[in-house]
Amino acid sequence: MTGLNWTSILAIYRFEMARTFRTIGQSILSPVITTVLYFVVFGGAIGGRIESVEGIAYGSFIVPGLVMLTLLQQAINNAAFGIYFPKFIGTIYELLSAPINFLEIVIGYVGAAATKALGVAAIILVTATFFVELTVLHPLAMLAFLVLTAVSFSLLGFILGIWAGNFEQLTLVPLLVVTPLVFLGGAFYSIDMLPEGWAQVTYFNPVLYLISGFRWSFFGVADVAPWVSLLAIAGFLAACMGVIWWIFRTGWRIKP
Amino acid sequence: MADIIEIRGLEKTYDDGFQALKGVDLTIREGEILALLGPNGAGKTTLISAVCGLVTPTGGTVTVGGHDILSDYRAARSLIGLVPQEITIEPFEKVIDTVRFSRGLFGRPRDESHIERVLRALSLWEKRNNRNKELSGGMKRRILIAKALAHEPRVLFLDEPTAGVDVTLRREMWDLVRRLRDEGVTIILTTHYIEEAEQMADRIGVIDRGRLLLVEETAGLMHKLGRKELVVEIAEPLAAVPPALAAHGLTLSDDGCRLIYTFDATAERTGMTRLMADIAEAGLHVRDLSTRQSSLEEVFLRLVDEGAQAMEAAQ
Ligand SMILES: Nc1ncnc2c1ncn2[C@@H]1O[C@H](COP(=O)(O)OP(=O)(O)O)[C@@H](O)[C@H]1O
Ligand SMILES: [Mg+2]
Repeated sequence: MTGLNWTSILAIYRFEMARTFRTIGQSILSPVITTVLYFVVFGGAIGGRIESVEGIAYGSFIVPGLVMLTLLQQAINNAAFGIYFPKFIGTIYELLSAPINFLEIVIGYVGAAATKALGVAAIILVTATFFVELTVLHPLAMLAFLVLTAVSFSLLGFILGIWAGNFEQLTLVPLLVVTPLVFLGGAFYSIDMLPEGWAQVTYFNPVLYLISGFRWSFFGVADVAPWVSLLAIAGFLAACMGVIWWIFRTGWRIKP
Repeated sequence: MADIIEIRGLEKTYDDGFQALKGVDLTIREGEILALLGPNGAGKTTLISAVCGLVTPTGGTVTVGGHDILSDYRAARSLIGLVPQEITIEPFEKVIDTVRFSRGLFGRPRDESHIERVLRALSLWEKRNNRNKELSGGMKRRILIAKALAHEPRVLFLDEPTAGVDVTLRREMWDLVRRLRDEGVTIILTTHYIEEAEQMADRIGVIDRGRLLLVEETAGLMHKLGRKELVVEIAEPLAAVPPALAAHGLTLSDDGCRLIYTFDATAERTGMTRLMADIAEAGLHVRDLSTRQSSLEEVFLRLVDEGAQAMEAAQ
């Protein structure tokens, strides 16, 4: 083993990015429209009655949650589809017969999925500035949270894509698991606003730590300490890498 | 000739408990065309898949160019190009990008002149900017070959390259395979067409139910196992084989005009002289005589049959 084979990694990365750019319209249009709708409904209609949360205008308060929601969905969907598709049409044979290791495959696929998710997140942030005032107190921390989240949830999506046996499973899991976690993870409210018992339950939601940390990088206020958030994401990322390492070691769902 | 692939005691039992390979030993020589011949379900694809890394072997060892396929998979796989049995191809990608991707995936630096050479050799150059899905089935298979050749492999596996391909395309495929062999590429192809193995291969391995029954030079195999038939055409049609000739085990053609005698061409005594004498004694008038070599098809059926019998006897 003499380090990573970057030619192979780049080949996968480019191939995946080319696939993204072929469908650039729908990949960007739909998240942007969804976000605008959220602003109209939550920021405009409801926000008019809520005024402010923890001293922040409600319209601005929901921006980090919205960005995270899209980032998670994009990362998971891109990565899941990216690896599911070759498995589904059979072109995965080439990956398996190539002189590459699991880390190189993962860097290629997950790198491309995360890049695309980050691109969409950036577009949404820019879109948001058309609706509300935005200041970022800790830009470096913001970037770190964005990148870590994009990568770790792309890893999760990669696992999902390998696990999925059909298109239903591929699309249902993000819908049934991820979206509720985001909504209940404080995307649109501070958990202080919840009744006593519910606030406790919410601490078991991993997405809470993402949104809280990310929001802190904007406004300096958080539900949990930012370093706890960072640790939680790093732990999640490591866990996903562990699972993927095991998948390639055993050939689970990819190699008879 | 040096050996390029060594397969020792290769076994594969699938998760459902089915044993698709039952201890295969096979040595492949550098620069040869080896045909793996066997009926559907014999284990040909499993054998190729195990060597190429698509299937995890459950026993045995394989080396390619001296590199173990498990512990030294990078070096081993770099030498191999694989054309799978099923046509699986990214539909929306352009032909040339698909082929470039394969080269990159195998860690080779960009080389546009090589890509062009491969695409031209496969008559795909004109179509290079088309999307894969716009091409015909035969062309798609050639794209798969182009992908397999993109990284300049020394060994090429072709899994049923001419299944469902029309006669002209098949001829083209054969020409291509020979040209590649002339360039020094070792070729292993699987087929269940005897004619194909006979036409193409330097050596033929016969595989059935997970066992390699034999590996022989194509000509030698024909010679060694070749039964011959002597066809005796007679003037007057017969209703049955005359009792005087019963000892020869003849069969009579449907129109009653031909007596067919099967013999072992390599045996010391063929029994032909005796037969001719008996025919003359029986008062039959011979109009014509001809002999013909039995085809590999017949040879193969017999081998599979003998293999099965030997296995039953062993059990
Ligand atoms: N993934 C699998 N799981 C279980 N059995 C399999 C699998 N793949 C192939 N087989 C079985 O193994 C045997 C050999 O298959 P294969 O290698 O494809 O044969 P061939 O290529 O000679 O037609 C067949 O009986 C087939 O049903
Ligand atoms: Mg097969």
